[in-house]
Amino acid sequence: MENNSTSHTKSYASLIHCTRLFRGFEKVNQDNQIGSPNRNIQFLLNNEIVRVSDVEPTKSVLSYLREDRFLTGTKEGCAEGDCGACTVVIAELESEGLSLKSVNACIQFVPTLHGKAVFTVEFLRRQNNGNLHPVQQAMVDKHGSQCGFCTPGFIMSLWCLYNEHQEAKTIPIRSDVRSALTGNLCRCTGYKPILQAADAMFEVAPVTFDNDGLRDKLLALKTESPSTYSHTEGQLHSPTTTAELLQLRADHPEATLLAGGTDVGLWVNKQFRTLSSIIYLGDIPELKSITQNDQYINIAAGVTLSNAYKALAKHYPEMNQMWERFASRPIRNVGTLGGNIANGSPIGDSMPALIAIATRVVLSSVRGQRELLLEDLYLDYMKKDMAADEVVTLIKIPLPLADQAFRCYKLSKRYDSDISAVFTGMAITLDNDLVSDVKIAFGGMAATPKRASHTEQFLLGKSWDEATAKQAMTILKQDYSPMTDMRASDQNRMQSAMNLLYRFYLETRPVNPLTKEMTDVFGEV
Amino acid sequence: MSRKSHPHESAALHVSGEASYADDLREAAGTLYAAVGMSESAHANIRSMDLAAVKASAGVVAVLTAKDIPGINDCGPIIKDDPILADGLVQYIGQAVFVVVAESYMQARRAATKAVIDYDELPAVLKPLDAKAAESFVAPPMQLVRGSPQEKLANSPNRNSGTLSVGGQEQFYLEGQISYVIPKEDNQFHVYCSTQHPTEMQHAVAHALKLYFNQVLVETRRMGGGFGGKESQSAIFACLAAICANHLNRPVKLRLDRDDDMMITGKRHCFEYDYDIGFDDDGKILAAKIEMVTRAGYSADLSVPVATRAVCHFDNAYYLSDVDIAAFCAKTNTQSNTAFRGFGGPQGAIAIEYLIDNIARILGKDPLDIRKINYYGKTSRNTTPYGQTVEDNVIHELTAEIEASSDYHQRHSEIQAFNKTSPILKKGLALTPLKFGISFNVVHFNQAGALVHVYVDGSILVNHGGTEMGQGLNTKVAQVVSHVLGVDLGIVRATPTDTSKVANTSATAASTGTDLNGKAAENAALKIRKRLCDLFVERFGGEVDDILFADNNVRNGSHEISFNELVEQAYLERIQLWSDGFYKTPELNWNKDTLTGRPFYYYAYGASVSEVLIDTLTGEWKLLRADLLHDAGNSINPAIDMGQVEGAFIQGMGWLTTEELKWTPKGKLATHAPSTYKIPAVNDCPDDLRVKLFDNKSKFDTIMRSKAVGEPPLLLGFSVFFAIRDAIASVADYTQNPELNAPATPEAILSAITGLQQP
Ligand SMILES: Cc1cc2nc3c(=O)[nH]c(=O)nc-3n(C[C@@H](O)[C@@H](O)[C@H](O)COP(=O)(O)OP(=O)(O)OC[C@H]3O[C@@H](n4cnc5c(N)ncnc54)[C@H](O)[C@@H]3O)c2cc1C
Ligand code: FES
Ligand code: FES
Repeated sequence: MENNSTSHTKSYASLIHCTRLFRGFEKVNQDNQIGSPNRNIQFLLNNEIVRVSDVEPTKSVLSYLREDRFLTGTKEGCAEGDCGACTVVIAELESEGLSLKSVNACIQFVPTLHGKAVFTVEFLRRQNNGNLHPVQQAMVDKHGSQCGFCTPGFIMSLWCLYNEHQEAKTIPIRSDVRSALTGNLCRCTGYKPILQAADAMFEVAPVTFDNDGLRDKLLALKTESPSTYSHTEGQLHSPTTTAELLQLRADHPEATLLAGGTDVGLWVNKQFRTLSSIIYLGDIPELKSITQNDQYINIAAGVTLSNAYKALAKHYPEMNQMWERFASRPIRNVGTLGGNIANGSPIGDSMPALIAIATRVVLSSVRGQRELLLEDLYLDYMKKDMAADEVVTLIKIPLPLADQAFRCYKLSKRYDSDISAVFTGMAITLDNDLVSDVKIAFGGMAATPKRASHTEQFLLGKSWDEATAKQAMTILKQDYSPMTDMRASDQNRMQSAMNLLYRFYLETRPVNPLTKEMTDVFGEV
Repeated sequence: MSRKSHPHESAALHVSGEASYADDLREAAGTLYAAVGMSESAHANIRSMDLAAVKASAGVVAVLTAKDIPGINDCGPIIKDDPILADGLVQYIGQAVFVVVAESYMQARRAATKAVIDYDELPAVLKPLDAKAAESFVAPPMQLVRGSPQEKLANSPNRNSGTLSVGGQEQFYLEGQISYVIPKEDNQFHVYCSTQHPTEMQHAVAHALKLYFNQVLVETRRMGGGFGGKESQSAIFACLAAICANHLNRPVKLRLDRDDDMMITGKRHCFEYDYDIGFDDDGKILAAKIEMVTRAGYSADLSVPVATRAVCHFDNAYYLSDVDIAAFCAKTNTQSNTAFRGFGGPQGAIAIEYLIDNIARILGKDPLDIRKINYYGKTSRNTTPYGQTVEDNVIHELTAEIEASSDYHQRHSEIQAFNKTSPILKKGLALTPLKFGISFNVVHFNQAGALVHVYVDGSILVNHGGTEMGQGLNTKVAQVVSHVLGVDLGIVRATPTDTSKVANTSATAASTGTDLNGKAAENAALKIRKRLCDLFVERFGGEVDDILFADNNVRNGSHEISFNELVEQAYLERIQLWSDGFYKTPELNWNKDTLTGRPFYYYAYGASVSEVLIDTLTGEWKLLRADLLHDAGNSINPAIDMGQVEGAFIQGMGWLTTEELKWTPKGKLATHAPSTYKIPAVNDCPDDLRVKLFDNKSKFDTIMRSKAVGEPPLLLGFSVFFAIRDAIASVADYTQNPELNAPATPEAILSAITGLQQP
C-alpha cells in the first residue's frame, strides 16, 4: 500500500477550487500519480516513513495498524475511546516543540496522521535491542497482566509517561500515574500491580527515547504537500491557515469539521455515518494558540483539552478536578475545547463551568467575525447559533475576578472518564455579605447547557445565608425539568442539583465556610 | 520450582503485544467477515423480513437466516430453548435474526443495520417480579427447607422482613466475543474461538452443521478475559461463523463489536429478594426464610445451576438451623443471563450479609459481632442447609487475623467520632467474610484430562482441557509438571487448548481449572516419572521411592543423572515418554431434586475490611482503604493468586457500586458500551490496598494442597457495599437500616440517605 496512489482520483473537478491552496505542490507530486493534486499521507510508523494513499478517509488508525500493517499488538476493546486497549503514542512538532501523547487509535482517522509519528507497542522492544523495555519489564515483574488484552494499551500509556519523565529527569508521583492511566480499563487485575509497575519502571536501567532523532525525522517529513486527501469514499481537507479554513467552510457547507475526532470518530464507528467531505482543523497552528491579556485567557478553538487544562490550572484551580474527570488522558490529548463547545452536548462538561465565569466565544466566517456569550451559542437541543459557514475560532475566558467565588462540580457514577449525570459551574460575588453577582449554569439538567435564571434572579441582593440557600434550592425547580436516562433519574438529577447548590453555599458562605476537605470525597487534585 | 511467584507464562508476550488472540491470527486467504442482524422488538412474531437492502449493501456476499442452518437451530447449553437465529419469534431486543457476510468487517456491520423487519408485537415481560407474578419461568421453581423455619420464625423474639434488589453485571471481558472458522477437507471445520468451553463449542457447531463431533476442531490459545461470559455464550458466535463458513466454503470471522456483544449476550443475574428472619437478643439467627427471584432472561441457559449455587450460598459462613430458601428463574424478554464469576454464589451470600447487617442495627450492635456468633462451628453447628458437613472451617481464625491486622476496632471508633463532627462527609467501615464451595454442582463435570509429552531433548509440552483466560491456569499446570519431573519451569510449555487433543472436557469454570487440570497433568507426569524411575532402578539399582527429581537431575543416594540424559536413554530403550492423565474429584454427590448432598469437595474462605467516605449531598463515595485476607490453600503461585484476589475484589466492588444495567421502557438495554456501563477504573483502586493470603493448607487432597481462587474472592467486594451502608446509617446515628440496593450508585446512596432523613 505504500507509494500506491492509483485508486482514488474521485472527481478532479471537485478538487480544482482547492488548487490555490497547494503551495509547493509540484515538489511532492513526485510521489503522486501524475497530475493528481492529491495528498499522500506521510507519517512515521514506529520510526519509519510510511506513505498511504489508498485508505478510506475515515479508516481508523486502529484498523489500519491491525488490518493493513499486521501490527496486532494494538487491540480493540470498544471502538469508542473508552477502554484504552487501542492506545498508541502520537508524536508531533508543535510550537513548543516535540510532543508525545497517548491517543486512542480507534477513533483517529488515518489521514490525520499526516506529518506525525505513531508508535505502537511493537516499537518498545526494538528500542532496547529486542529486550523488554523498562516499562514492559516492570509490568512483568509486578504481575501487571493477567489476560493481557488491556496490557499493550497500558504499556503505551506508561511508555508515554516514562518518556516524559525520562526527558525531564523526574519521577511521577502517584497521582500523575493515575492520571496517565485514566483512559485504560483493565477487567482482570484491579489496577494495583499496574500502579506498582509504574513505580518499578524507573528502578531498572533506563532506556532513553531519541527525542532529537525524532524531531529531525519529523522536520524532514514537513515537505509541502497538497492539502486535500481524496479517495473514492470521500475527501479530507487539511487547511493550514484560518483563512483557508474559512474559505473551505464557505465552499463546503456540507462538510464535517473534524478537530480531535473524539465525537466525530464515534459517528463513524457506531452510527455508520458516511462523511464524504471532511475539513480537518488539526494542521492550523493559529487554532492552537493560547494567549492572555489583562482581561482574558484566549484559547483558540483547536487547543486540546489537555493544553487548555494546563493553561487554566494556574488561574482556575477550581477546575482541576473537572479536568481530571473530563474523559480520560488520551481523549483530552486530542479532543479540543472548541470541539466540546461546538458540539454543544447538553451533558458536556466545559460549558457550564465556562458559562459561570462569563466566557465568550468567537465565531468566524469569510463574512467576518462575531463574538457572543457562550451561553447564547446554545439555542435548543444540539441546535446552535452558528451559521453553516461559521467556525468557532476562539474561546475568551475572563481572568478570575478578585471577589468572585467560583466552583464547578461533576457528578457521575465513576470518578474517571464518565459522562456527567449533572455538572454545574457556579460563581458568586458578595458585597457586604449580599449577593451582588451570581451565575449558575448546569449541564445534564436541560436540552442545552443552561443558566438558572430564576434562581440567579432570586439570589441577587439577598444575604448569602442558610435561609437564602434553602430557598434558592427550591427555586432551581423553576429553572430545570431534567429527564430520566441511564445515568440518573429526573428526580435524582433535581435533588443533586439542589444539593450541589447547597454545597456551593457551604463552601462560599461568608461565615464559617467549609473547606474542600469537609465537602469533597475526592479531595484536592 | 513450584509454589513460586513465577510470572504468567505469557507475561512477556502480553507486554510486547506478541500474545495472539483469535483476532490476531494471520487470516487465511479469502476470509470473509460476518455481522449479526438483531431484533428490535422485545417480544414479537416476525410478520415479514425484507433483507434486500442488506443484500445490496456494499461488499455483502451472503445473508443467512434460520432456514439456512443445516442442522439443529439451537445452541442452548442445557435446555434446547436458544435458537441460533430467531425463527419467526423474537424474544428480546438484540436477539440474532440473521447473519450477513461481507468482504470487510465494517461492510458487514453496516449492512446488518439495513434490514426492514415487520414485527407483530406481543406483550413483553421486562422485570423479574412481573415475570414471577405471571408465573413465567424458564424452569420450575426450587426450594430447600431445613428444620421448621415457619414455626421458629413465629416464635422468634425479634423479626425482620423486607426486600432487597441486587443488580446484574456485564462480564466486560476486554476482548469481545469472536469466532473464526476455516473449512477444511472432507467437511471438517477448524474453529478458533475465544471460549471457556471448547468442547461445548465443538458440540454446538457439530449440531448446527449436522456433523459428527470428530469433524469439528475447536482451538483456544487464550482469551482476553472470560469471567463466565464465554462459557456457554460463545456458542452462538461459533455456530454463526461455522454456518457461514459452511454455506460459502470460505473462512469466516465473526468478531463482535462491543455494543453488539453487550446487546446480544447475557450477564450476571440480577436478584430480587424477599426475606423474613428471626433472631434472639444476641443476634443469633433462629430462622430465615428467603425468596430469590432472578432474571433468567428469555431462555434457560445456565440459570438453573446459577440459582442452585445461589441457594447453596445463602448460608455463606453462617449456620442456619431452620431455613427456607426458594429460587425462581424468571423468564423475561431480555438477554439470557449466564455465568459470571461466582455463578450465583455471590448473589446467594450477599442476602444473608444484608440480613446480618440489619440485625446488628436493630439490636444496636457491631455487625461483626453478629457475624461471629452466627459463624459455622468447627464440630457442631456445621452442617449446611443442603446437608454437607463443613469440615475445613477456618473462618474464625481468618476473621481474628484480619480483625487485628486491619485495626478494625480502633478504626471503628475513630470513624464514629469522625462522623459526629463531619457535617457532609461520612465514613463507613465493614468487615465481611466469605465461604465458597468448590466443585461443579453437577457431579460428572468434575473430570479432566491432560497430555504430557517429554521430547528427547528434554523439553516438555503439556496440554489439558482447561482454557487460559488470564487466571494463570497454564502457568500453574506447567508448574505442577515441572515440580513432578524436577525440571525448570522454562522447559515446560503449555499448548493451546484443542478438542482434538484432550476430548470431552468440561468448561473452565466454577474455579476448578487448576484443581481438575492440574491434577490430570500431575497424573500424566507421574506416569512418565514412574517409567523413568523404573529405568533408573534398572540402570543404577536402589528403590524407586528413594529417587528424587529435582534441579533438572534425577538422583538417589548414590547415583545422579541429568533429566535430559535419562530421557534420551529412555527413548533408546523404547520407553513411552508421553502420557495421558485423568482426574475426577472424589466424594461428590448431589441430588438435584432434593437439593441435598455433597456438591463441594471443599470450601475456600476469606474476609475483607473496607473503609469508605461518602458525600451525603450527592451520594458520591470513595474507597479509602481495603484489607483483604484470602484462603488459597497452599498456593501454587502466590503472585497469581494475589492477582486473582485483588482483581476479584475490585470486580466485586464494581458489581455492587458503579456497574449498573438499565433497560429502556421498551426493553432495550441502554447501557451497552463502556460509555454508559462503568466498570472500575484506575482511580477506583485505593492506594491503601493490603492483600494477604491466609496461611492454610487444604485439608483435602487437592493439587499440591492449594485451593481454587478464581471466584471466591469476588465476595470480598461485599465489604465495600456494607461500608457504604454503614456510612449512610451514621446519618441517622445508626438507628435505622438504610434501604440501599445494589449497585450503590450515587443515586442509590442519595436515595437511601433521603429515606432515612424522612421523619
Ligand atoms: C471516551 C470519551 C469520554 C468523554 N468524556 C467526556 C466528558 O467527561 N465530558 C465531556 O464534556 N465530554 C466528554 N467526551 C466528549 C469530548 O471528548 C468531546 O466533546 C470533545 O471535546 C470534542 O472535541 P474534538 O476536538 O474531539 O471534536 P470533534 O469530534 O472533532 O468534533 C466535535 C463536533 O464539533 C464540531 N467542531 C469541532 N471543532 C469545531 C470548530 N472549531 N468550530 C465549529 N465546529 C467544530 C465538529 O464538526 C463536530 O460536530 C468524551 C468523549 C469520549 C470519546
Ligand atoms: S478500542 Fe476502546 S478505546 Fe479504542
Ligand atoms: S489483564 Fe485482562 S483486562 Fe487487564
